[in-house]
Amino acid sequence: MASGGSEARGGPGEAPVTIKILIAGGFGAGKTTLVGAVTEIRALRTEEPLSGPGAYVDHLDGVEQKATTTVAMDFGRITIRDNLVIYLFGAPGQERFWFLWDELASGALGAVVLADTRRLADCFPSVDFFERRRVPFAVAVNCFDGARRYHPEDVRAALDLDRGVPVVLCDARQRSSARDVLVALIEHARRGLQQARTAGTIV
Amino acid sequence: MAEEDRWLDEEAGPVVRPYALTRGRTRPAGEALDLIALVTAVRGVEVDTVELDPEHLALLEMCRLPASVADLAADLDLPLGVVQILLADLRVRSLIHVHHPTPPAQLPDPRILREVADGLRRL
Repeated sequence: MASGGSEARGGPGEAPVTIKILIAGGFGAGKTTLVGAVTEIRALRTEEPLSGPGAYVDHLDGVEQKATTTVAMDFGRITIRDNLVIYLFGAPGQERFWFLWDELASGALGAVVLADTRRLADCFPSVDFFERRRVPFAVAVNCFDGARRYHPEDVRAALDLDRGVPVVLCDARQRSSARDVLVALIEHARRGLQQARTAGTIV
Repeated sequence: MAEEDRWLDEEAGPVVRPYALTRGRTRPAGEALDLIALVTAVRGVEVDTVELDPEHLALLEMCRLPASVADLAADLDLPLGVVQILLADLRVRSLIHVHHPTPPAQLPDPRILREVADGLRRL
């Protein structure tokens, strides 16, 4: 267990640090369950005008402002200590919600992609999205009751993931399991930042 | 037909209600506030209660202590986009202070992520 430090570093004059972690994955992959396992879930809704880039407005010339879509997101907050808070955001992973993900992904420390091995293809778009935007991510294979168990390396191969991307088997209902997924992601993101610093790409 | 009436058909429902609060604006004044930006009401300034809507005033009340944009939207039970616009209105009037999140690559202390991981392990 880490000792001390929190009082010394969490003083009132210190600038608050907020960390954003995204929880992605296909419909029913367990996003809400995972957020709910580690913290209280709060509901956030967006009622987005479909006028941004990537929105389906081609056939709506002139009436863009009428088109909206309502998307429900879950979020949760984990307070590590005063002035150090993690925010988890779970949002639908389908490609039609990319307009939402662009905003979510900006400034995110990383993402958890929840995979359901019965429908592995559902998480392809999320994996693509984070790879393209160079957002560090970990894949959490949610082990549903009755689903066939796979070895993490098989999932890695099936998703064609880079060697460094953590693949973790989890039970999103279990607090300790959900927590381990988040820890795996944070360690992965930390290593990436450290490497970038060492390589001098971040001054 | 007047310009503003053109949208008021049955299909316009979802737009008109929440975005009426923003007077039809769908984009905030200036840059949109990040979901995890922390907002704090500026103390000791006079608030023009005529110019502002009840939702603006509710937001000011809710962020007397620092609150994230996401929490404010959830507390106010309004769509995120609407809350971002209302907060931008308050920012333009210098009624709120906004603490923007630090991009991960610019975290001053890389050890902070170790602290986060350790903190999570203790959950």
